[in-house]
Amino acid sequence: MVSQVSFSLEPNGFVAIGAYVTALLLISPDAKSYQYAIADPYPFVMTLQSNFVVALLLSGFLAALLALVLSFPVFRVRGDYLAIVTLGFGFIIKILAINHPEVTNGSLGLNDIPEFSNLYWTGGLAIVAVVVVLNIVNSKFGRAMKAVRDDEDAAIAMGVNTFKAKTLAFCTSAFFEGVGGGLLAALLTSISPDLFDFFFTFQLLIIIVLGGLGSTTGAIIGTVLVMGGSEWMRFLDEPMNLFGYETTAMPGMRMVVFSLVLIFYYAFCS
Amino acid sequence: MILKINNVTKNFGGVSAIKETSFSVAPKEIFGLIGPNGAGKTTMFNIITGNYEPSSGSVIFRNEVLNGLKPHHIVRKGIARTFQNIRLFSSMSVLDNVLIGFDFQARYGFMESILRFPRFIGEEKRIKARSMEILDYFGMSAYAHDKAVDLSYGQQRKVEIARALATNPELLLLDEPAAGMNPSETEELGELIKKARSDFDLTVLLIEHDMKFVNQLCDKVLVLDYGKTIFEGKPADAICDPEVIAAYLGDFHND
Repeated sequence: MVSQVSFSLEPNGFVAIGAYVTALLLISPDAKSYQYAIADPYPFVMTLQSNFVVALLLSGFLAALLALVLSFPVFRVRGDYLAIVTLGFGFIIKILAINHPEVTNGSLGLNDIPEFSNLYWTGGLAIVAVVVVLNIVNSKFGRAMKAVRDDEDAAIAMGVNTFKAKTLAFCTSAFFEGVGGGLLAALLTSISPDLFDFFFTFQLLIIIVLGGLGSTTGAIIGTVLVMGGSEWMRFLDEPMNLFGYETTAMPGMRMVVFSLVLIFYYAFCS
Repeated sequence: MILKINNVTKNFGGVSAIKETSFSVAPKEIFGLIGPNGAGKTTMFNIITGNYEPSSGSVIFRNEVLNGLKPHHIVRKGIARTFQNIRLFSSMSVLDNVLIGFDFQARYGFMESILRFPRFIGEEKRIKARSMEILDYFGMSAYAHDKAVDLSYGQQRKVEIARALATNPELLLLDEPAAGMNPSETEELGELIKKARSDFDLTVLLIEHDMKFVNQLCDKVLVLDYGKTIFEGKPADAICDPEVIAAYLGDFHND
């Protein structure tokens, strides 16, 4: 029996929501007053303000809330269709960010976000996320999710409310994507819609497929390999001396090599 | 009567899979649904479990009309099923497969599971113990932590029935439980179903092609052909009924 894997392809959308919410809550009114160049901001945008923890929580909850609303149209379909529908929503969120400069400052993005985030915040919250996810997986909620993944019809026959199970999985992941977006905004100090295009989701897909679908440990290993590997291979972009032959700098060369490594991995090792 | 099928018709486009069929199943009865391929047996199962909405007619379970209820609600009312081709959760252990059946009976919330509240720990312990009891009953507790797909065919059948019993049903629907089994396995399964009926207070409705198995096991049979009832009564009489013979072998005498 081939289990039917359904990908959500809109993590970039939820990360964007989280990043914008955190940015709007953290940027000081002073800094807001001079950066809206395209359109005048709505008055409520100027008054939004909170501390970092509240901003992260709100980022997570708003992303989860959006996931809850989206789950009604999204879960009317299964499998490949689900991937296409969610891909569409990912694009919509990015386009909304570009076209509502009164809130997001359009394609110019938001700047001067206070740099609250650091390794301790991201690392600490990553550990919290893993613990929470493992606790969910090892409960009736996680079992229901796994059952839906393995065989949706059999899950229904066991009394599983499959819509609820899928929605719960979708909202939980959206929550952490939202918090992750908040951390990203507070780390980079500057965000724009371009940051949250499909390539972002694509990178996450590489990580989870490389780590092994449905495995939490795999996701962690995949993250280390993909993110660490792409940093480690930075030297490939620079000029090199290959056996006495000088090459010029080739930006993007590491992505080529990285892609080749992945192709070989999937073709021969899996 | 625990289950009543009232004048049920199911049309798929222009084809009637089931035509105005009525029957009732008494409590603690083992009721066989037989007929040639395409007779509408699995369609009838899917109507009872709520996977299909009947085009007309009604399904009544314990004096309650089931029409319009979602399949997972019907399971919670006390109707469990197995599938024609075994459908265990392949990535999960045997124990987890059975636990799924208990999950809607476990009382704890989402946050309680994240924060590992005492109620969560207690409830998990309770349903795990009960799952092991059921596995033990089927002689499968030694395999509890193996992956379900690694078991033999006969063992997977048992796990599937164990999993269905975990939902605490009053009515168990078995779709060709003896399919793919050798004669000795079939006989063992028959005994197991009989034993489970009295130990779990079950009513069983089953689809089966193996007439020896049906004869040995069923109190009553309903023979369907092209969606119509052609016989209802004792299995031994069904085999002698000219209309049933005609449905299976074709009609030699007339025409």
